[in-house]
Amino acid sequence: MSNGFAKDQEFLLPASTGFIAFSLFIAVMLNWLPWNGWALALRPDFVALVLLYWCTHKPHRIGIGIAWLVGIFADVADASLFGQHALAYSVLAFGGIVLHRRVQMFDLRQQSFHVFPLLLLSYATYAAVHWQVRGFVAWEYFLGAGVSALLWTPMTLLLQALRRPRRDPNEL
Amino acid sequence: MDDTRTLRFFNRGPSPVVRLIFFCVLSLLLLFVDSRYRYLESSRKVLAVMIYPFQRLTALPGEAVGSVTVYFETQERLLTENEQLRQQHDTDAAQLSQLQAILAENAQLRVLMDLKERVDYPMQMAEIVYVERDIFKRKLFVNKGSQANVMPGQVVVDDFGVVGQVTRTYPWLSEVTLVTDKDHSVPIQNQRSGLRAVVFGSGDINEMALRYMPVSADIVEGDVLVTSGIDGTYPPNLPVAKVTRVERDPAYPFARITCEPLAGVDRHRALMIVSGLPQLPELPEVAVESTAEQERARKRFKRRKP
Repeated sequence: MSNGFAKDQEFLLPASTGFIAFSLFIAVMLNWLPWNGWALALRPDFVALVLLYWCTHKPHRIGIGIAWLVGIFADVADASLFGQHALAYSVLAFGGIVLHRRVQMFDLRQQSFHVFPLLLLSYATYAAVHWQVRGFVAWEYFLGAGVSALLWTPMTLLLQALRRPRRDPNEL
Repeated sequence: MDDTRTLRFFNRGPSPVVRLIFFCVLSLLLLFVDSRYRYLESSRKVLAVMIYPFQRLTALPGEAVGSVTVYFETQERLLTENEQLRQQHDTDAAQLSQLQAILAENAQLRVLMDLKERVDYPMQMAEIVYVERDIFKRKLFVNKGSQANVMPGQVVVDDFGVVGQVTRTYPWLSEVTLVTDKDHSVPIQNQRSGLRAVVFGSGDINEMALRYMPVSADIVEGDVLVTSGIDGTYPPNLPVAKVTRVERDPAYPFARITCEPLAGVDRHRALMIVSGLPQLPELPEVAVESTAEQERARKRFKRRKP
């Protein structure tokens, strides 16, 4: 942390479009791994986390439109109704964009407490659509929101570390 | 240097609220169209083909782990398994010879009784590629699709009984809804008493329910339910479920009957897709009219409800 990137500058780290796309791609792949049983109930939504990360850190690069598009692909992969994930991710991205200045003021642990309600809202949107169409809700589904919020800190640290420019080894 | 500070001075398109409303309306529209009509199936197929290679990629780690464990299985275990299989084979062979005798006799009797011979349904093997990633649904994907002539509505079985039904096909994949899915029902017949009924999925992996059976219905624990074959979707006499609990409470008009699916709904990797069911004769006109009448009555009833 002593290398000139103080806490308030973490948000100003550069992010190339390629890196954003790559991180989203990895998150989608993680979501598509064959989860089963309890692991499925506890599965964090990696896509939601990464989307939220970019919405809070680069709100002018990643917005509701991209979240919606990712959601459509998630709908096809999960064979859920068209627009179900898209709606949930749009709501999530909106929450991230509205709260991005506020989230920036806190440290990582406090950020998780801001992220958790947003994730819960997105999960609730998904479950509400399901409840309207199918008529029931599996409550263990919401455990995933908690696990995702717990993963916020490690994921942010990882992405920040990857975004930090490497030092030139020849430099003094 | 700071792009957040310049926000107010430059035009960055519509505000987040406008965008949110736009995309929410778009999503809701899609949801409505997708849940009510079937217009979007073709675009879903196009997208599914686009993401197919990536889905295969995600399935690779699991497959690799599986093949590694197979590779390291000890010789001892293989020997004992071989022994068991040999014994099983002997008993099976004895039973098979009996069965063949009975089959021959049955064929002869059928010819004598001038009945149509029962068709042997063509089946094709398919392998489970992934299980559903959505906890709400009981579905899985198998590796045969419309390229292999799989069609929606075909029945999927394993060596113990009915697993489910193909509900959607992609070129190289098809989606199977398990019999335990909440929205799935199977017309069945009690093997012991011949009683006909419909068994419903419960959404739970090892539970199904037999609803709307009167308290006096002739069903006891341990009864095996087989498909009746009456609607022409399911071939007759495939085992579906076994009754595990019967609760008869005279306070309610219906008995509470819980069953357990016989097929290894969550156990197997290889499944069979039954194709080419015999065409049943068309439903007579009168019956169709009566169902239309019922539909109208149902709608009327629905409207009357608050």
